[in-house]
Amino acid sequence: MKTSSAVKKTRSTSSSRSGKQRSGAHWIKLDAQGVYYKDLNRQIRSLALQGDRRFEIHNVFGQRYLGTNLWGIEGRDRIVIRVYGTPGSDMGAFMDGPRIEVFGNAQDATGNTMNCGQIAIHGSAGDVLGYGMRGGEIYVRDNVGYRVGIHMKEYRDKIPTVVIGGTMQDFFGEYMAGGRIIVLNKFFADNPPVRRSYFIGTGMHGGNIYVRGDVDLHQIGAEVGIASPTDAEWKIIEKYVHNFCKVFGLEENKAKLLKRHKFTRLYAKSSRPYGRLYAY
Amino acid sequence: MLTSLLPEFTVDRSEDRCIQCRVCERQCSFDVFGYDGENNVMVHREENCVACQRCSVLCPTNALVIRENQYTYRPNANWTREYIQDLKKQAETGGVLLTGMGCDKPHKIYWDHILINASQVTNPSIDPLREPMELRTHLGRKPDQLEMVDGKLVLPDYPNVEISTPIMFGAMSYGAISYNSFRCLARAAFEYGTMFNTGEGGWPMELRKYGKSTIVQCASGRFGLDLEYFNDAAVVEIKIGQGAKPGIGGHLPGEKVSEHISQTRMIPEGSDAISPAPHHDIYSIEDLHMLIHAIKEAVDYQKPVSVKISAVHNAPAIASGMVRAGADIIVLDGLRGGTGAAPKILRDNVGIPIELALAAVDTRLRNEGIRNWASLVVSGGIRNSADIFKAIALGADAVYIGTPALMALGCTVCQKCYTGKCAWGITTQDPYLTKRVNPEIGTQNLKNLLRAWSLEIKELLGCGGINSIESLRGNRLQLRGIGLESWELEALGIRGAGQ
Ligand code: SF4
Ligand code: SF4
Repeated sequence: MKTSSAVKKTRSTSSSRSGKQRSGAHWIKLDAQGVYYKDLNRQIRSLALQGDRRFEIHNVFGQRYLGTNLWGIEGRDRIVIRVYGTPGSDMGAFMDGPRIEVFGNAQDATGNTMNCGQIAIHGSAGDVLGYGMRGGEIYVRDNVGYRVGIHMKEYRDKIPTVVIGGTMQDFFGEYMAGGRIIVLNKFFADNPPVRRSYFIGTGMHGGNIYVRGDVDLHQIGAEVGIASPTDAEWKIIEKYVHNFCKVFGLEENKAKLLKRHKFTRLYAKSSRPYGRLYAY
Repeated sequence: MLTSLLPEFTVDRSEDRCIQCRVCERQCSFDVFGYDGENNVMVHREENCVACQRCSVLCPTNALVIRENQYTYRPNANWTREYIQDLKKQAETGGVLLTGMGCDKPHKIYWDHILINASQVTNPSIDPLREPMELRTHLGRKPDQLEMVDGKLVLPDYPNVEISTPIMFGAMSYGAISYNSFRCLARAAFEYGTMFNTGEGGWPMELRKYGKSTIVQCASGRFGLDLEYFNDAAVVEIKIGQGAKPGIGGHLPGEKVSEHISQTRMIPEGSDAISPAPHHDIYSIEDLHMLIHAIKEAVDYQKPVSVKISAVHNAPAIASGMVRAGADIIVLDGLRGGTGAAPKILRDNVGIPIELALAAVDTRLRNEGIRNWASLVVSGGIRNSADIFKAIALGADAVYIGTPALMALGCTVCQKCYTGKCAWGITTQDPYLTKRVNPEIGTQNLKNLLRAWSLEIKELLGCGGINSIESLRGNRLQLRGIGLESWELEALGIRGAGQ
């Protein structure tokens, strides 16, 4: 692995702010071409520590762990990172507050064990998105890979939410303990296709999955129940569909997406799936 | 239908001594005792007794003796009482048998087949009372070579942690053990200058002040885990496996998820806390590399990252991969490692003894020239200071102790931790029982144990003419095997006694 020299940096405004705490209102432009992820992330952290809040990173090409090291920074929930290119795996892993917007596709393990903040991907994401996610929001405009949303959890009002505009693959929402995932199943289609993904929600013991379109019994794990969204849940779905359209500028799709009867709710039949497994 | 489950133990009460004070009834959490007011006698339900000895210790007149039940099925070397009873329980319930603590089967204990050397005449032994003796240990990656620039030593910036003795408390989560027990481990480690491990049940805020003595775990359930949790600790450990139940996950039953535990783990009260068998973001060494570095990013490369696996057949190859994936500390947990709850069939049959795994891993890493890239910590079956001494001579940097630490808090290894009824107040969340661990005395007992074993290790070092634990590490010439076959000597990398 190569370690490159310092990251090239330009400021969109050039007024001098040295010495005093920066307001963070302007965009910091960074060029990630050939920069090792460790150096890139360190530079973002050190700028954030000096008060910068808005970053535009160009030529991103596989750099991992964007947003992971931004902990313990006052006002980190105002940090925005715009990524142009293809970020590497574990983007936003453990992330606690910032917002990352990707103009391109993301790789695997996006939002791994994420705690707080927002990720928006104007494209598709790979496998294991949102593993063990504990809070915050992830929006993916297009499709996601396998093993997405495994073991998401929630605690009181901290409820992680994933919204996927396209389709999902197998092992979706396994061991889910909390949180919600909304799958719009090709947001642009009037009639969502039945997506042939399997082993959905195996071991699920909390949380909810809402799929636009039908899900057949043979696609889901034994611990999963099929129902329609309740009134309260429909409000939530409406809110997140609205957010989804807003984040990606897809407002014209809202009307066709918000057809309640088309949504299938997948839920955990029990919060104690292993209760009857043992002899004492 | 009638099945014949014989009580495993009998309760002998001396009616002459018994004063019907009913202490036994209050102390026994397994519901063995009752009081018959009409006749003013205590009655027993012996089939519930687990021989934890809480009642006999607390009985003010020593009226109680708990002994193994002499009644038996027809003796049979093949169908022992244990196998007959296990089978009957399963025929009744259709369930997986659970158990607690480490494997209790008589698999060969290699520690007992290894003897330690002493100096005579040619290399004088050392008296630890009169000469300084160094037990301090540093865990983390070490440089490949020393570098001098302008006559000054340049130290690479690999994060290391220092412990004052090569003994740490292994992972036991708050949830598996009571708050008081957890707190005792944290405080004792802090005050003695060593480490304790939170397990994967989160880490209560008020105990963060012991951060410099805390190893936090990132296991497949990812409970109570955030950036603060990593950064408040001294070491972050990725738990892949555990010696008592290699290859399977964990499961804290909903009954144990009380309000405080739910807050610490950040999951709803009363819901099962399930740790899936694998980390679903780790299906390969490359994936492990990814998670190790995600954590390194999260702690800005300031803390060592440890990876723990259970000792399995191909541990050496896996360990090599772990080290190459960036682990600064690798932990091997052997066949006899303890647990709060595990399927009995796994606990007793899966994995290999830590002695063999340790020797094989240390040899492999040395042969590959990467032994210094990571520290090696072993656990699972350490019973005394000689076991620790032997482990270090076989190549370990330090050990984790779990069961011995709980024994210092009162545990009598009754193996019933999974019931949540521990009469000694350790592996339970019942407030009536957890009071039985006194935080002050518990902390002191743990510190005493660390001190006693450290003193003994110094004695053992001194008798071999060694004055620093560093000089013992991997010094297998200090060991000789007895009663071992040649393949075993070879696996351990030691010679036989007399050779
Ligand atoms: S379970 Fe423990 S306290 Fe109860 S009778 Fe047996 S030894 Fe005594
Ligand atoms: S911790 Fe308690 S239940 Fe577990 S073995 Fe020890 S005394 Fe028994």
